[in-house]
Amino acid sequence: MFSGFMIHAWEVGTIVAIVAGVVGFFVVLRDSAFPAHAIPNGAFAGAAGASLIGVSTLIGLGVFAAAGALAIAALGRRTRNDVATALVLVGILAVGAAFLSQSTSYEPEVFSLLFGQILGVGTNQLLPVAVVGLGSCLIVIALARPLLLSSLTPDIARARGLRTDGLNVVFLLIVAAVTTIAVPVVGTLLMFTLMIGPPAAARGFTKRPVVALSLSALIAVVVLWAAIASAYAMNWPVGFFVGIFSALAYGLSRLWQWRR
Amino acid sequence: MHWLFAPGLLASAPVRQALLLGFLIALTAAVVGVFVVVRGQSFAGHALTDVATTGGAGAALYGLTPLVGFLTGAVAGAGAMELIGRERAQRRDVATGVVLGGATGLSGLFLYLSATTTSSTGVTQRVLFGSLFSVSSAMVPAALLIGALVLVVMAIVARPLLLSSVSPDIATARGLSPLTLGLAFLLVAATTVGLCALAIGSILSTALLIGPAAAALKVTRSLRSAIIVASVLGVAATWAGIVLSYDSYTWRSSHQGLPVSFFVVVLILLTYGLCAWRRARSTRV
Amino acid sequence: MTDTPVLAVSNVTVSFDGRRVLDDVSFAIAPGEFTGLIGSNGVGKTTLLRVILGLQKTSAGTITINGQPRAKAHSAIGYVPQRVSVDPDAPLRARDFVALGLDGHRLGLRRRSEESRAKIERVLAAVGAGSFADTRLGELSGGELQRILIAAALISDPSLLLLDEPLANLDPRSVQEIVALLHRIAQDFQVAILLSAHEMNALLPVMDRIVYLTAGRCASGTTDEVVQSDVLSALYGHHVDVLRLHGRVLVVAEPSDDVDHLPSHATLNLDA
Repeated sequence: MFSGFMIHAWEVGTIVAIVAGVVGFFVVLRDSAFPAHAIPNGAFAGAAGASLIGVSTLIGLGVFAAAGALAIAALGRRTRNDVATALVLVGILAVGAAFLSQSTSYEPEVFSLLFGQILGVGTNQLLPVAVVGLGSCLIVIALARPLLLSSLTPDIARARGLRTDGLNVVFLLIVAAVTTIAVPVVGTLLMFTLMIGPPAAARGFTKRPVVALSLSALIAVVVLWAAIASAYAMNWPVGFFVGIFSALAYGLSRLWQWRR
Repeated sequence: MHWLFAPGLLASAPVRQALLLGFLIALTAAVVGVFVVVRGQSFAGHALTDVATTGGAGAALYGLTPLVGFLTGAVAGAGAMELIGRERAQRRDVATGVVLGGATGLSGLFLYLSATTTSSTGVTQRVLFGSLFSVSSAMVPAALLIGALVLVVMAIVARPLLLSSVSPDIATARGLSPLTLGLAFLLVAATTVGLCALAIGSILSTALLIGPAAAALKVTRSLRSAIIVASVLGVAATWAGIVLSYDSYTWRSSHQGLPVSFFVVVLILLTYGLCAWRRARSTRV
Repeated sequence: MTDTPVLAVSNVTVSFDGRRVLDDVSFAIAPGEFTGLIGSNGVGKTTLLRVILGLQKTSAGTITINGQPRAKAHSAIGYVPQRVSVDPDAPLRARDFVALGLDGHRLGLRRRSEESRAKIERVLAAVGAGSFADTRLGELSGGELQRILIAAALISDPSLLLLDEPLANLDPRSVQEIVALLHRIAQDFQVAILLSAHEMNALLPVMDRIVYLTAGRCASGTTDEVVQSDVLSALYGHHVDVLRLHGRVLVVAEPSDDVDHLPSHATLNLDA
């Protein structure tokens, strides 16, 4: 499983996992599970539309993910109980479903968009993935301390002169960027598991921020490697294994905490 | 009227069946949905639909009736949410997210296996996005019965449920048990989600559950009028969706129609937007 | 006041929906002064603090900090909010949060210098946090969290430490401890302190200045100057008695029938 097209899968997978782990650390800290769920759903519609008009899916993903991020930022910090955001979410999914119903190769397309597949990683995608992925990582690490402060105590952050609204927009756009590169591998429905499971597990093992951040990326990489290997062996979707192994990592972390 | 009611609309048996099923499901969803929104449990509704997906996908794989799959999944989801619900707020969200991830991954596996090992096609589309026209007629009586049962239960518990949702302490003082009522309601909601999944697919069923209810609550305050308005909006959107979907098969020469769920969801979204806009305008002094 | 005041509030007015929450409020705090912002709930204390912090816009008036306009003086004030809700699982220790007080607004993840780490130790010791500095932030008790918030505000060398209702909901013994702690900090770190409270008695031994706020208007000066029957009666707009007993002060306001007849200028600044 280490030759031919699989090399690209490993390369892309590793980059995606590192970025998802790093960005996910802040997603969990900021209690942003909802945008992490909503932005990939928006991306789904974009990818469906792109494939309908014959444009590269990556572009469709990227444009709609970014639009979703900006829309969420504009709607303000709504809680996930807000009906409006839930309805818009579902509405976008319905639009995506409509797009897909118009193309002739309906089922396989829906499937790989939602649940991912290893073969979704083409040669020409390694460079954009690397650039977007590592770029996102660098930005997040540069903003780490302000993000940390504004997530924990927004009032203190603002009193210190931090622009918490601007930070929020940048952060959501980063989530959109990660979505764009991760969806072909993991699928829109499972993407958020990769961004939530490993960081949630990491924080159970340590109370030091830098250690937790690194562990988050590490666990994400292990989860995705295991998922890719299992998907290759069983010929089952990658997304399934990501969901299961993320849950496993989280479960182990909870067990560890319980025993201490 | 031909542009709206394409020829053969009411003569077609699947369409008549869809209208009947759609009516009852939308009605049930509206009634239950009003309480879901009043209790601020929209997110729980969304979580239930994800687990319902797993049930539906599993049923498709093992050749069981979709309704059984959706209902089992939703009820199992309700059980999981109860267990997780004992946690602190932030940890609860993470735990819910992880559990949903596992369930969704399982859905993916079931759907994949359906596509590759069984001879049925379009399973993904059916489970996730629904296909009201192809519900087997054998299932209709069961669905109607379940819907009717839910409505009867709601009629019985409506007042105590409202009291315990709005003020648990007063409810307890009057001898009610908010915890029991809450759990019972969660089961009712799960059942309703299962029904909605049958109509417009599991992923989209949130729209039918909370959309009309939320729209109604924007334009009216009393519980009774909210239920009436929500029912009218929900049934109207569902019927319009059925009609438009049927019509859409004639729009393109390729005879590829748009799914019922697409129209229903979009109509619900528009209705909600209209009601929210009206509300915003009337409260601005 | 001969030195530049640490904080100068000048003619600040804040209106919400046509209602004046703060009405022409003016006072100044000298370097190192311990000031209590006293008033019952709803009189505008929190609004005033938010204005000083730059979190609330004014309809009129200005704020200067060390002579500079408010907008340019972000690091001069250390803010200690009343309540902070922290996820119990958040992966950082108390000392990590204090460190954020130092560089939470800076880009990058560079290792902290020797000097920074010495500073962190110093403020942790000053608030008595030695025993819980390595505990997870979300696992601290209310009192421990308060001390950590104070340390985090203190570490950036502010000219003014601003605390929002630090004494609310505390038992009398804890109130005494925090007041003594703040007094010690004011002296050791040469920092002015402004805290809001609805009861002034615990602060009488340490307060240099009182800013007494009622219905959006204030009187400012030493306790002896401000807490007098004639001054407070003018402020309230109806008769008020001030009783002193065993070193404690009691303000007794009679309910008035017509609350409409209030004087328009009731800001009394007794240092001018």
